[in-house]
Amino acid sequence: MARGTLVRLLESERITAYVLLLPTLVGLLLFTLGPVVAGFLISFTRWDLTSAPQWVGLANYQAMLSQDPLSRISLGNTSYFVVVTVPAGVVLSLLIAMAMNQKIRGVVFYRTAFFLPVVSSTVAIALIWEWLYEPQYGLLNYVLGMVGVPPVRWLANPSTAMPAIMIVSIWRGLGFNMVIFLAGLQAIPRELYEAAEIDGAAAFARFRSVTIPLLSPTIFFVTVLSIINSFQVFDQTYVMTQGGPLNATTTIVFYIFQQGFQWFHMGYAAALGYILFAVILVFTLLQFKLQRTWVHYE
Amino acid sequence: MSDVGARPVVTTFPASSRRLTLRPAVVRRAVAHLFLLIGALTMVLPFVWMLSTALKGNNAILVFPPDFFPHPLVWQNFIDIFKVVPFSTYLANSARYAVLATVGQLLTCSMAAYAFARLRFPGRDLLFLLLVASLMIPYQVTMIPVFVLMKYLGWIDTFRPLIIPAWMGGAFGTFMLRQFFLTIPRDLIDAAKIDGSNYYGIYLRIFLPLAGPALATLGVFTFMWSWNDLIGPLIYLNTPLKYTVSIGLALFQSKFLTVWGQMMAAALVSLLPIIVVFLLAQKYFVQGIATTGLRQ
Repeated sequence: MARGTLVRLLESERITAYVLLLPTLVGLLLFTLGPVVAGFLISFTRWDLTSAPQWVGLANYQAMLSQDPLSRISLGNTSYFVVVTVPAGVVLSLLIAMAMNQKIRGVVFYRTAFFLPVVSSTVAIALIWEWLYEPQYGLLNYVLGMVGVPPVRWLANPSTAMPAIMIVSIWRGLGFNMVIFLAGLQAIPRELYEAAEIDGAAAFARFRSVTIPLLSPTIFFVTVLSIINSFQVFDQTYVMTQGGPLNATTTIVFYIFQQGFQWFHMGYAAALGYILFAVILVFTLLQFKLQRTWVHYE
Repeated sequence: MSDVGARPVVTTFPASSRRLTLRPAVVRRAVAHLFLLIGALTMVLPFVWMLSTALKGNNAILVFPPDFFPHPLVWQNFIDIFKVVPFSTYLANSARYAVLATVGQLLTCSMAAYAFARLRFPGRDLLFLLLVASLMIPYQVTMIPVFVLMKYLGWIDTFRPLIIPAWMGGAFGTFMLRQFFLTIPRDLIDAAKIDGSNYYGIYLRIFLPLAGPALATLGVFTFMWSWNDLIGPLIYLNTPLKYTVSIGLALFQSKFLTVWGQMMAAALVSLLPIIVVFLLAQKYFVQGIATTGLRQ
C-alpha cells in the first residue's frame, strides 16, 4: 500500500519536474549562486589557502584603486582591447555577412573558411600566429617587407604586442558574428528592399533605411555579446605573451589568474573578479538603456 | 503585383538603359566575391602555413624568403611530438574530458529543459529566471570560490572539477533545449498519457528522440568548449600526465620555442578532432549560433 502511494507520488507531474531538475538546481546552487556570494565574502579577506582567511574589510578594493599599479594597467589594457576589437569585429563581420547575403555562389565554402578559426582552440591559434609574427622568418614580416615595411618585433615590442593580440582576436571572432548577422539579414523580407528600390533609393540609402533599422536588434545582440567576451580575454595573452612585454598585454583576467593561481592571493583575486563583474554589468545595462534610442523592435 | 505594375514602365525604356539597370547587381556580386575571397584567404592561410611548416625539416623552416611548398615532405615532426612530450596521453585526457562533459550536459540539460518546457510545478518561472540570470555572471567571478570548494572536496589534480559540474546542468544548454522542446506539440504528450506513459516515459520516449538536432547542436558545442578549454585544466590539473592538449600545447611552446616544425605539427594534431567534428556537423554549429543570435 505505502509503496503504491510512493510510486504514485514520484510519478506525479510536480515531483517528476523536481527530480529531473535536481542536478541543475544543485549545480546552480553549488557552482554559480553559492560562489557568487562566497566570492563576495572572500574579496574582503586576505587568504593564501594554507592559513585561515583574515578579514581585512575594504583593503583589497582600496589597494586596487590606490596602491597597485597593475590593477589599473590591466583594466586599461582590457579597455584598450575592448574599444578596438568590438567595433572592428562588428563592422567587419557585418560587411562579410552582407556580402554573403548577395545570393552568390560558394556560400558554403566561404562560411566554412570563416568558421575554421571559430572552432579552433585559442591555444593552437595563438601558436600559429606566434609563428606568423616571428620577427626574422615569420610570414607577416615577409609580406610587409615586400611593400617596404621594416621588420616588426610584434610580440616583443610593448607598443605592438597588444595590437598583435587584437588582430588575432578579431580574426578569430569574425565567423561567429557573421553567422548571427547572416541569420538576421535573411530574416529581412525581400519585398522591403524591392519597395525601397522602386522608390528610387540608392544602395547606401537602402542600407541605411532598411538594413540598419531591421537588423538593429541583431547588431545590438552581437555588440553586447562581443563586449562581454572581449572583457574576458585570457587565452591569447596567456599563450602568446604571458602578459608581457612590460605588462603591455596583462589583461584583467590574466591578472586575476596570476593573483589567484600563481601568487595565491585569493582575496585580492576575488575582489578583481568582482570589479570585472561590475564593469561588465555597467556596460551591459548602459547598452540596454541606450538601445531605446536606436534599436527597433517590430 | 508590383511586377505587373512595373512592367509597362520598364518596356518603354530603350534596351541600353535596361542593361544599365542590370549592372549594379552584377557589380555588387563581383565586389562581394572579391571581398569574400580575400577574407576567406586570410582565414585559411594561417592554417595552410601551419600545415606547410609541420611538413618541413628544421633547415627548410628557417629560410628567407619563406617557401610555401615543403620539398621534400618530412613527416618526422609528427613522430617527434609523441616522443618529446606524452602527446598521446594529452590527447586521451582531452578526449576523456570532452566526451564525459558532453554526455553529462546532454543528459542533465535535456532533463531540466523538458521540465521547464512542459511540466507544471510551483516555482517554475522563478527558477527559470534564476537560471537564465546566471548566464550573466562571468566565469571569473565564480572561478576563485569554486576553486576553494574543489580544494575542500579534495578534487584538485583530478578531472572531477572539470567533468562533474558538466553533469549538473547548465544555463546555456537548458535554455537552448527548452526553446526546442516548446515546439513539440502538446497533443503528443496527451496521446502518450492515454497510452499509460508517465512523465518520465514521455521524456524518454518522445522528447529525447525528437530532440536529435537540438541535442547534436548542444553536443558539438560542449565538445568543442571542453576540448579547447585552457583555463579549467590550467587551474585544476598539476600532474603532467594528467594534462590536456591545451595545456600540453601551451607548455610545449614554452619548452620548445623556435622548434616551429614540431610546434605546428602539435597544433595541427590538436586541431584535427575538432575540425573533423566541425566538417561532419557544420550544420549544427551554424544552427546553434544562429539561434543564439535570434533568441531575444
